[in-house]
Amino acid sequence: MKTNFILSASLAIHAAIVAHEADIESLDRAIGDGDHYINMKRGSEVAASLYNELLPLPADEVLNKIGMKLLSTIGGASGPLFASFFMSMAKVSKQNGSDSLLEIAAAFAAGVQAIMQRGKAQIGEKTMLDVLVPVSHQFTLLAAEGKSSTEIAHALKETANQGLESTRNLIATKGRAAGLGERAIGHLDAGAKSCQVMIHTVCDLVIKGANP
Amino acid sequence: MKKFINQIENVLTESLSGFASAHRDLVTLQLDPTYLTRSQKAQNKVVIISGGGSGHEPLHAGYIGFGMLDAACPGQVFTSPTPDQMLAAAEAVHADKGVLFIVKNYAGDVMNFEMATEMLPFEHATVLTSDDCAVVNSTYTTGRRGVAGTVIVEKCVGSLAETGADLATCKALGDKVNARTSSIGVALTSCTVPAAGRATFDIAETELEMGVGIHGEPGRKREQMRKADAIVHDCVQAIVTDFQSKGLPTNQEALLLINGFGATPLMELYLIYHSAAKLLAGHGICVTRSLVGNYTTALDMAGASITLCLLDDEIKQHWDSPVHTPALRWGR
Repeated sequence: MKTNFILSASLAIHAAIVAHEADIESLDRAIGDGDHYINMKRGSEVAASLYNELLPLPADEVLNKIGMKLLSTIGGASGPLFASFFMSMAKVSKQNGSDSLLEIAAAFAAGVQAIMQRGKAQIGEKTMLDVLVPVSHQFTLLAAEGKSSTEIAHALKETANQGLESTRNLIATKGRAAGLGERAIGHLDAGAKSCQVMIHTVCDLVIKGANP
Repeated sequence: MKKFINQIENVLTESLSGFASAHRDLVTLQLDPTYLTRSQKAQNKVVIISGGGSGHEPLHAGYIGFGMLDAACPGQVFTSPTPDQMLAAAEAVHADKGVLFIVKNYAGDVMNFEMATEMLPFEHATVLTSDDCAVVNSTYTTGRRGVAGTVIVEKCVGSLAETGADLATCKALGDKVNARTSSIGVALTSCTVPAAGRATFDIAETELEMGVGIHGEPGRKREQMRKADAIVHDCVQAIVTDFQSKGLPTNQEALLLINGFGATPLMELYLIYHSAAKLLAGHGICVTRSLVGNYTTALDMAGASITLCLLDDEIKQHWDSPVHTPALRWGR
């Protein structure tokens, strides 16, 4: 991945999170504790604020620094989870060292794997992983088939939508909604929603012609 | 939202500064990263550090001082603190016998403390508190939440640490107190996170939330409002059932903590105490230790939690021992 792309994505993600305040917050009020949007805003804001400082650095260092900054800024569950995502992605990017779509998919998959390990969670527990795991699988599959970045971006937006929708009828077994039992059924997960927003934002950059 | 606020982003820092200044004989505040320590560093003991989201005051910073905590790390409102805060606090207070973290069992707190311990250069252990019996179904793998019973764990472990006990012994007592403590909370209203500006959930005049945690998150069940005795009856029943399911005999001495969530008057908390103690006596439980007041709050939520700790000689000794903190003080 390219430093330019990561930093453009980081600015776009901050704008997208702020634009989706109402959606994210209403989901968190329904079955969470009302702090998810505030945490996402604080995290995306601080990542975006690193733009000038990170611009001269190679991509893996950029990812790692974003991870470290999120770890000391967000708190809550999102902090360690997103930090683990970026720090693992950084490690694999450094080892691979090229910008092929397959290697970006591998780095993304390592990031998602790190979230699963840190959160001791899997798909189907009404969390962000219900969006991230299918997106990661699909990304790897399409990259292996040699699809173009634009084709992949269109497909991943749809996968993210399906993943988000899949949380509606789940009972939460991880995260703050885990105390609610069957009352969580019928509500989308706020963390899955913010991940869907972020996936869409990054994919839209690619569709508009940005080179990952 | 009608609250005493200057700037929303400054609420936490201004509140912590006021706290540290009001209790400057007992605590010292550090900012960036944010943590509080005893104003006089303890020597040659296991240091006890806790932390968690803000909005639960006096938990945890209010329990810093002799006989309880050595340091506390406050996060943003209802949001776990970050690993750099925990590392800085441990670095500041460690006294060569190891660090014991007391962590409420919430995903965020567990992960942040876990990441901190992975980077910590000292001997350490963690007691996870999980006294909330509202989370009953075993398929909920996040497990039970840590709520007001955490205060009892911090008090007892803090007392033991003052005697020079080693890290493993302190952890064992913390785990034991946690296992013998059960809580359940009822909310009459939600609460308002300052940065959100509105109540986390809506609730009618005729309703209550049974089995709430301490973050204004909805509880297990929305129920009809009813007389206090009927509400307390259901809470006591849940606690007794919880102890029975753990195989703990309940015909013994106990500590009863009636904790307000922030907007319930002491008059009502004592009424709850009156009701609960009578009901517990009916179960053969003799309440010989009590604590009534706002000890683990949820900002401005109206409601209360009932916590029962089954005592043994060791727990009794460490509950009764002297303590001197901003929020709990007796014996010295």
